[in-house]
Amino acid sequence: MKTTQILIAGFGGQGVLFAGKFLAYKGLVQNKQVSWLPSYGPEMRGGTANCSVILSDMPVGSPIITTPDVLVAMNLPSLQKFVDAVAPGGKIIIDSTLIDAKVERTDVEVFYIPATQMAKDAGFVTLANMILTGKVLKEITDVTYEGNKETLEAFIPAKKANLIEVNCQALQLGYDY
Amino acid sequence: MAERVLMKGNEAIAEAAIRAGCRHYFGYPITPQTEIAAYMAKKMPKIGGVFLQAESEIASINMVYGAAATGTRVMTSSSSPGISLKSEGLSYIAGSDVPALVVNVQRGGPGLGGIQPSQSDYFQATKGGGHGDYRMIVLAPASVQEMASLTIKGFNLADKYLMTSMILADGTIGQMMEPISFEDAEIENYEKPWALTGTEGKRKHNIVNSLYLKPDELEKKNFERYERYKIVEENEPMWEEYMMEDAEICVVAFGIASRVAKNAIVAARAEGIKVGLIRPITLWPFPVKPLKAAADQVKSFISVELNMGQMIEDVRLATECKRPVTLCNRSGGMIPSPEQVLDAIRNAQKGE
Repeated sequence: MKTTQILIAGFGGQGVLFAGKFLAYKGLVQNKQVSWLPSYGPEMRGGTANCSVILSDMPVGSPIITTPDVLVAMNLPSLQKFVDAVAPGGKIIIDSTLIDAKVERTDVEVFYIPATQMAKDAGFVTLANMILTGKVLKEITDVTYEGNKETLEAFIPAKKANLIEVNCQALQLGYDY
Repeated sequence: MAERVLMKGNEAIAEAAIRAGCRHYFGYPITPQTEIAAYMAKKMPKIGGVFLQAESEIASINMVYGAAATGTRVMTSSSSPGISLKSEGLSYIAGSDVPALVVNVQRGGPGLGGIQPSQSDYFQATKGGGHGDYRMIVLAPASVQEMASLTIKGFNLADKYLMTSMILADGTIGQMMEPISFEDAEIENYEKPWALTGTEGKRKHNIVNSLYLKPDELEKKNFERYERYKIVEENEPMWEEYMMEDAEICVVAFGIASRVAKNAIVAARAEGIKVGLIRPITLWPFPVKPLKAAADQVKSFISVELNMGQMIEDVRLATECKRPVTLCNRSGGMIPSPEQVLDAIRNAQKGE
């Protein structure tokens, strides 16, 4: 029996909710119990936004995450807000293009990935979120990496199907980093 | 098994309503329930239904009243301050004995309050809100699946008992996504000889009205209505019992609070504390029977709520104050953490 709590946090517009939605769909497609809970309201209009995703073998209790196993931080305020909440032994994945700071805790595993720079270099500047999500997939064992295309097809509307391929490329960049 | 899809709680309500045969939605936007209106705006025109954004909450509830009088399945949705505005209409609908479905995805109050999740409209939903002697069936979903199933149930009960069913949800359940399947949608159809459908010159005309100037007539109407409410109280309470078999402490919580409580109960059980949960699914009629029975089994109750302590009064009434009932709460859009509930359970264990 296993439950993994993933918190993705950043500015509104960075694709925090989308990245969480992708992970939730990964869980759905692979027959996990899942929950996805966004921050909502003013945050969505440019403030700090975050999204809680729980993947589990059991029915999900509270969808609210107080001690994340995995934290994805896409800006400094989000890192500062949640760094102490991460469960001991947990993992923190940081967009190091946007965050200069280092994590001082020694009881967590930290990955610094220049995701925004990598996304820019690869020609899909808006997909830093998916590069970081690729790293999440590498670090968790709840879902397999395979089947990203099918997962994206499950919730990206047909008229935006052209975006599926670049999302897969971004995931791969993060997974391989 | 039907296919599982991921949906927001608010969207699940809208989709379930359409599947339940609702073809009339009247509303006015407010966070955190706007996805219901957005979903209806997209879907209703495609299936020959009506989506109408009214000029105000008051207008929209009176449109619901009008449509309900024709016997059609109709709904509106709002959040706390908007429900206050609709309360006059809710009283008129009750006084006219027509069925309707009203959704309240609660946010913090009083006043304009905030936009974060809350359960502080418990009194408003279960004790009235509008004026006069009346009740609403109040359904409290704790998952996205229940957002759908209780919406369908709500339409059925409204038609069966000629009253308003209210879905009393909160911002968390409205905004979160969970897997859901629609396999169990069971639509009940009731004859509606009272409906205003046009006489075509073949029958006496029906009247839908809440005005009775002769007090004896109004009293008779109210007595009749409460006879019907009594049947609802006997037949329709719904609840879930979780780890209650050997429980010595009983947590009572509904909606999102019950999910936080379940986490705390699992943690308390790991510490050897015998604690369980009774989750009211209908807040009116309140599940008196299981709580009364639990009062003979457990040594104390904890009411976990996202308000200043509202359901706790019904817990005390249901248990006839046989055992102490303590409150574990947050308010104003804050949600208790599992740790806070666990602490309350530990204190109850110690007899504090």
